Amino acid sequence: MQTPSQQMIQIRWHGRGGQGAITAAKVVAEATFKSGYGGVVMAPTFGTERRGAPVSTSLKVSREKIYDLSPIQFPDIVVVLDYLILNEVDVTVGLKPGGLLILNSPRPLSDHPFPDFRVAVANVTKFGIEAGLRKGIVNSGIIGALGKASGLVDIEVLSQCIANEFVGRKPAENARAAELVYAATEIREPSRGGSHA
Amino acid sequence: MSEKLIDSGNNAAAMAVQLAAAEVIAAYPITPQTPLTEKLSELIAAGEMDAEYVAVESEHSALGVCIGAASAGVRAFTATSSNGLLYMSEQLHWAAGARLPMVMCVVNRGIGAPWSVWNDHQDAMSQRDAGWIQLFAKDHQEIVDITLKAFRLAELVHIPVMVNYDGYYLSHTYMPFELPDAAAVKEFLPAYEYAHALDPQKPESLNTVTLPDSRNDTNGVKQPGYMDIRHNLHQEMRLAMDVLEEIDADYQQRFGRGGAPILDPYCCEDAEYIVVAMGTIANQFRDVVDRLRQEDGLKVGVLALQVYRPFPTAKIAETLQSAKGVMVYEKGLSYGNQGALYADLKSALYPYPARPQLHNFIVGLGGRDIRTEDLCQTLKTACQQDDLSAPEQTDAPQWIGLQL
Amino acid sequence: MPDPRFKVLTSASTSGPGDAGRTGSWRVERPVLDYSRCIPAKTGKSACHLCWLYCPDNVVSKAIEPQIDLEYCKGCGICAEECPAQAIEMVSEENFVAGGENE
Repeated sequence: MQTPSQQMIQIRWHGRGGQGAITAAKVVAEATFKSGYGGVVMAPTFGTERRGAPVSTSLKVSREKIYDLSPIQFPDIVVVLDYLILNEVDVTVGLKPGGLLILNSPRPLSDHPFPDFRVAVANVTKFGIEAGLRKGIVNSGIIGALGKASGLVDIEVLSQCIANEFVGRKPAENARAAELVYAATEIREPSRGGSHA
Repeated sequence: MSEKLIDSGNNAAAMAVQLAAAEVIAAYPITPQTPLTEKLSELIAAGEMDAEYVAVESEHSALGVCIGAASAGVRAFTATSSNGLLYMSEQLHWAAGARLPMVMCVVNRGIGAPWSVWNDHQDAMSQRDAGWIQLFAKDHQEIVDITLKAFRLAELVHIPVMVNYDGYYLSHTYMPFELPDAAAVKEFLPAYEYAHALDPQKPESLNTVTLPDSRNDTNGVKQPGYMDIRHNLHQEMRLAMDVLEEIDADYQQRFGRGGAPILDPYCCEDAEYIVVAMGTIANQFRDVVDRLRQEDGLKVGVLALQVYRPFPTAKIAETLQSAKGVMVYEKGLSYGNQGALYADLKSALYPYPARPQLHNFIVGLGGRDIRTEDLCQTLKTACQQDDLSAPEQTDAPQWIGLQL
Repeated sequence: MPDPRFKVLTSASTSGPGDAGRTGSWRVERPVLDYSRCIPAKTGKSACHLCWLYCPDNVVSKAIEPQIDLEYCKGCGICAEECPAQAIEMVSEENFVAGGENE
């Protein structure tokens, strides 16, 4: 039989309190739902978020209704909004071999050796500023990297959902950040283990 | 036009209350309920909902305002969680005793001390004997549908209704659901009319000291004593289950969703082992059931209990009596005894000669992760354990995921 | 439409003579009105009527010359207490019993 994870794409987001990981996951939830995924569950880590502290959020996406709301243990994709979190949190815990790791990092792809995983890197912070956002706004931009590396949803749908989410808060600039990151994201296939379907 | 959208469970509840055209909202913020009442206050402030939002200084007052509103013939709504519900306790009994219809969402959360903001069912369990109807939702769609049905149920049977949904698992989680068309809801749920609405032209004393014995009033009409009033509440609460089924049938005809307002079985028809649970964990068990059926060939099913009070004694016994084993997984207990749901279920099955072996599992108190793997393993073990253990052993609750 | 299977109202009463039975027999003191002091009686106007308003058993009529229904008046004395003109005196029932003090 298929395990739930084969029918379902599980994405775990890591960021810092106040960085907008939940908003980013919400936008992708909306975009996948609009793209025809009938089962979408976006569950923030429940509880006591504090500004600056590492936080995580989970997003499950499936063609069918999702019944299991328990936290993601074995993600297919891990999104990291700030590469410095790599020093504090083992973000790849549970990530399936060949799974996708997406990093916002100013460093080149070669500085992030994760041989078991597909790794996608973009300097989201830089592209946010280029798009006209205040320094440190990365939650819209990182969506572009997810769109590029996962192929889950078209960038047009993502841009549209970003613009809707950020009404009154630089919607065009936020959408532009995602588009710039989409174009610039670099991806490396895993160097060992099977590739992820 | 109905609308498909993706949003949080709290927002789903708020939009249902908006559709239900509640006229008075009185609530006090408490995690994880807060976003629900914030949303309602926003809708009212923006002129998108024609209701009075009464800011109060406590949950006790919140329900007091709703009691006043319902007495005046106005549709009232409140919401709370955890210790907030407990602070309402006196008023809960009052609203039910006075037979005032109103709806309250209880966003289930563990009770302090020690403080926990996370989910379990101890808040609802602790108020199960307050005389309210208690319904449980498993997802956002059910939050919307059950809330709309709850208003009609409360107003038909004149018993207040609690709509329970799991804190965070549903309240703060985003998932898709459909909001029914506003005009269609208006037809389904006509305006609340109360024959005894407070009226200065027709003064009445309500719920004053009621004597142990019945008596004749000034018009020579026999009025019930306290005990008779209690008997009526009990009997009519039992009868409310029939009314809920009627309402659900009507709702299904209008909106296309429904059919399982009291018990929602999954793979129970041929099941030898049936899990009984309330809220989101019952849905989580659907995946467990699929897995154990396919991987281990175990004939398992899950029965979601949608109505906890009134307890659907006969229906549940009918569904479970032929099973070999019944496993109750629950998020609340009666300290020093066992799971509250388990005890209710056991008592419902007692009169049946061929009653199944019962197992009681306590899970997820105060937000402890409920791992699907643990559910699979414990259920599998329980299925294979048939009548091997001494009764007093199987009867004791097993705690899942303890970190002692 | 209300469903007849369900009791809408649990406990309600309208205040009125007899709500607690024939309470006239409970009386130890009887209110006696002096219309020469009573405001509506004296002025011929429907005014004051505090006795009518305060009576917990609704046994005082709102008339120019207020009447007290002694069948149900339990003699609590609230009317006498409230009367701003001291027009009501509470008189011992002894005085009204055959063979009593004043007979």
